[in-house]
Amino acid sequence: MYSEKVLEHFRNPRNVGRIEDADGIGKVGNPICGDVMVMYLKIRDNRIEDAKFETFGCGAAIATSSMATELVKGKTIEEALQITNRAVAEALDGLPPHKMHCSVLAEEAIRAAIEDYRARGRKGE
Amino acid sequence: MIYLDYNATTPCDPRVVEAMLPFFSEFFANPSSLHRPGQEARRAIERARSTIASFLGAKEEEVIFTSGGTESSNLAIRGVAQALRKKGTHLVTSAIEHHAVLNVFRSLEKEGFSVTYLPVDANGIVHPEELKKALRPDTILVSIMHANNETGVLEPIADLARVAHEGGAIFHTDAVQTVGKIPIDVTVLGVDLLSASAHKFYGPKGVGFLYIRKGTPIAPQILGGHHERGKRAGTENVPGIIGMAKACEIAQEEMGEEARRVGALRDMLEQGLEERVPDIHIVSRNVPRLYNTSLVLVAYVEGESLLLNLDFEGICVSSGSACTSSSLEPSHVLLACGYPHELAHGSIRFSLGKWTKEEEIFRVVAVFPKIVEKLRAISPFSKGR
Repeated sequence: MYSEKVLEHFRNPRNVGRIEDADGIGKVGNPICGDVMVMYLKIRDNRIEDAKFETFGCGAAIATSSMATELVKGKTIEEALQITNRAVAEALDGLPPHKMHCSVLAEEAIRAAIEDYRARGRKGE
Repeated sequence: MIYLDYNATTPCDPRVVEAMLPFFSEFFANPSSLHRPGQEARRAIERARSTIASFLGAKEEEVIFTSGGTESSNLAIRGVAQALRKKGTHLVTSAIEHHAVLNVFRSLEKEGFSVTYLPVDANGIVHPEELKKALRPDTILVSIMHANNETGVLEPIADLARVAHEGGAIFHTDAVQTVGKIPIDVTVLGVDLLSASAHKFYGPKGVGFLYIRKGTPIAPQILGGHHERGKRAGTENVPGIIGMAKACEIAQEEMGEEARRVGALRDMLEQGLEERVPDIHIVSRNVPRLYNTSLVLVAYVEGESLLLNLDFEGICVSSGSACTSSSLEPSHVLLACGYPHELAHGSIRFSLGKWTKEEEIFRVVAVFPKIVEKLRAISPFSKGR
């Protein structure tokens, strides 16, 4: 039911862990629903230098987290905010219909981490 | 491959396949045909019926062949509800039934029946006192499963059936997980209807039976010719029926030894996992349950990701997690037992069987801790974080 790419990212997830001095942290999802994603961003001069994640969830949740961190790395904040759940899913060669919510979670995690960064008010520091 | 998903389905016993083979091309005739080959096929399925009836302590005419457990339970529940609708419209079942039963009750609710879903205790047991409280003068049918497919917990069917009968209701049990695994005598259990499926005990898929105690009112659900005493139309699945009878014969002879052997392996598995993996919980470990089943809850991780990682290692299991189905809810069985959602999401079911070997259990016990460790390293909930 999963594409090779989903399985590959699930098997060897990129950017696992936390960034201790992260500039933005986004936590989305709910343990009751079985998916929680935490994204950590390191941002310098408006550009995402590093991204890491911790995820509690199914294969698709872990693969979309991994892909989302890959996609945001090196992007400006504005570019990162353009990343849609569909783009995350497409980068993984698609997700089964009932797993699309995992890609929504990934998009939300990116947005939440950037919002946190902005709220901290240290843009471009 | 290490197959530990026998509660989902079992491979056909080679002796079952051998018994079935002549009935595909050689003895292929329709048992309803009047010519000699037809009558030969008729005699073969009636012999099978007799084998199955004696396996259950039933009379031959009380065994109806179906396409499997789901059809058997549909026929039992819907059939009795329709036949007794004028007498009453209240039905009772439990919160932990298989969907083959639960969804029949849900559809009957839409048709004007009222249904009580009995709660279970923390171990997943339905208490006869709860049933007693739920019974009403208009209760016509009670349906409680014999053993739960996820936890393996055995329900006190004889007591529940007695309480149902005292209240004037018919009693059905979904015995899909117990037939062929433990001895069953329908007169000892005291049930009126009992559903079974051949592929759960080394028979073929697509065939099952419903035991219907003589005199139980039931309306057929599949209409057509006058097969199965008018209770289930359709040309009989002759090879399937022959295979199912052979599977019953083998079970009768071998289940005692299997229970001892497989039970010891299951206990070894649980002990090994408990020693090597912190923060796991074995569900309903200390109540009567099927000797082949172990449901393990793994804190901080999700069941599907455990399942996939085990699959990468060639180990086949099931998970009751939401992510293995299309709903977002975790196992309704674990929720009914009172487990919190986040723990219920991390369930892995091991179900052992006839071809499970000791080395395979050693391998699972060696591999599982590494998988859990890997996933916990990704999880934001791991202990101390």
